[in-house]
Amino acid sequence: MRRLGPLVVEQRRVASRWTSALVRVAAIALALGLGALILEAGGYSARDSYRTMWDAAFANRDALAETLVAATPLIFTGLAVAVAARMLLWNIGAEGQLFLGAAAASWLAFSFPDAPRGLLLPAMVVAGAVGGAAWAAGPGVLRASLGVSEIVTTLMLNFVAILFVDYLVHGPWRDPESSGFPLSKPFTTSAILPSFGDTRLHAGFLIALGAAIVVWTLLRSTRFGYEVRVIGESQPAARYAGMPLRRNIVVVMLVSGGLAGIAGMSEVSGIVFRIQPDISAGFGYTGIIVATLGRFSAPGVVVAAILFGALQVGGYALQTTEVPPSIVQVLQGAILFITVGAEVLARYRVRWSPGREKRTPLAEKAP
Amino acid sequence: MNSVWVTTFAIAMAAGTTLVFAAVGEVVAERAGVLNLGLEGMMLVGAVTGFMALDRTGSLELGVLAALAAGALLGLLHAFLTVSLRADQIVAGLALTIFGTGLSAYLGRDVVGKPARDSFDPLAIPLLHEIPWVGPVLFDQNLLVYTSYVLVAAVWIVLFRTRLGLHLRAVGESAGTADAMGVSVVGLRYGAVIVGGSLAGLAGAYLSLARTPGWSEGMTAGRGWIAVGLVIFARWNPLGALAGGFLFGLMEALNFQAQAVGITLSPFFLGMLPYLFTIAAIVFAALVGGRRLGAPAALGLPYRREER
Repeated sequence: MRRLGPLVVEQRRVASRWTSALVRVAAIALALGLGALILEAGGYSARDSYRTMWDAAFANRDALAETLVAATPLIFTGLAVAVAARMLLWNIGAEGQLFLGAAAASWLAFSFPDAPRGLLLPAMVVAGAVGGAAWAAGPGVLRASLGVSEIVTTLMLNFVAILFVDYLVHGPWRDPESSGFPLSKPFTTSAILPSFGDTRLHAGFLIALGAAIVVWTLLRSTRFGYEVRVIGESQPAARYAGMPLRRNIVVVMLVSGGLAGIAGMSEVSGIVFRIQPDISAGFGYTGIIVATLGRFSAPGVVVAAILFGALQVGGYALQTTEVPPSIVQVLQGAILFITVGAEVLARYRVRWSPGREKRTPLAEKAP
Repeated sequence: MNSVWVTTFAIAMAAGTTLVFAAVGEVVAERAGVLNLGLEGMMLVGAVTGFMALDRTGSLELGVLAALAAGALLGLLHAFLTVSLRADQIVAGLALTIFGTGLSAYLGRDVVGKPARDSFDPLAIPLLHEIPWVGPVLFDQNLLVYTSYVLVAAVWIVLFRTRLGLHLRAVGESAGTADAMGVSVVGLRYGAVIVGGSLAGLAGAYLSLARTPGWSEGMTAGRGWIAVGLVIFARWNPLGALAGGFLFGLMEALNFQAQAVGITLSPFFLGMLPYLFTIAAIVFAALVGGRRLGAPAALGLPYRREER
């Protein structure tokens, strides 16, 4: 406890839900302020830039649809990071798992081009999940059995996965008709997710919302979710309660990788209709920010993903102006580290308490 | 051993130097108990500021200084978040990497692909470079590579042979005990993270001023993360970081030299080698060293005097 004039600053163990939300809003505002400073310092108009970004993300129905399109992969990767983080595991390999999921789904699309849509699409979702989960399995097993840091292993595998997809696209899956820029063959219509009206918004968004609900229920009302939460709070407590720590580490990593893998399926099947090296704009890494900003809860992730989807769309819109779109990455990073710093401050409570309590002399107390 | 391998080893040395700088800096920070996962971001900012300073002034020395300063600034930010605010070191580091990646892309927007006005070129050391095999590998390199040898020796001496190093390691092993001894936990942690940050900046500048002169977005290609893995492999010892840097550099060198040494693997699979090797290295370290591997005991833990 510390006293500053009439104010008393006290520490509390956990930040309250409301302060936490407030901190996040403040962090975003601060980051936008910092971004404005950087823009102005670079000789650009911050006002016009933000205006362009806002219009691109929210101005009309098409803009909103684009924002949700951009939010879709971020919901998956954000959930992937959040599920693992609930158990204090850091899966920063969502990017690679996304690529593997995309590759697995594409493999199905190329192998069964004439299968009925109603059969092929669900199978592709499963394939995406399996591909992503397989990519996260190694780091999970290594962490569980040898205590090898999953942070380093998952990250290293990102580069391996991207090179692997590069290889597929340059080699076995290369479209013989594409010249120069390497692309795979296009998908047949039965491998393409339906979209809403004339927008680019596709069914992947609904799958993402479904995944959020599944994760939410999983963590909230199943034995597995309970164990994950207990292990995340206190490993010794979980051990005394006889919860299988190692098995849960592996399972959580599989779930996490699977979610990121579906992001890959949703991108190739909903947006690009083929597989190519640039299917992800760093969605796996942005997922880390989305998860942190969403307090590692499923509803929080959805809200944060839509916000970051808007940022991303705003960034694309900047490409038509002179403003460098990389300002969006600066904003994303700034939002994350301001949140991280401010979250700690939110653990303090400021109370109004002027003066010390007066001690009443004993004599006056006596009747 | 024929000349193809000598060339390959020389490239390995040159390629590994960036990892050596970054990993030695990380050894210093982690020995003081602070994990810095922001290396990748710091390296990128170092690379771009170093190259921009060279582009503006034509001076390589100023380029190096700018990179050191930029890295130190980001180190200061990391120290503020993790030491003063006691934020989670993992999240703070990730934030720094994401922020640094974006910031470097923003700062370098006008110098992408611009030819370098100057670069650190190989400078053979008289006599030494004539030693068979060893000479061309170790002593026919650029000035920054030689700097890395001196740096490794200096950091080793400071860490293990001076009072300052003893205090630094004490802070990383048991901050409470160090505090009771009268050692400034906050001061040493700030210092270590700032030194680590500036070396990460230098590691970036080594890429943009010496190894592949120029700037392109994301040019570190995960080397910051490889350096984080390398620290584990090196068991938190700068000498290990030098040896590890060479081994990891060799994986990269094989990529260039594949045809010359008779490897017929697809370039995509060759490109995976450094990353797979990093995983193999930390798995190996875990198998040999057990769970804690000799990591500083207070690594990752914020220090609160009230809770001592």
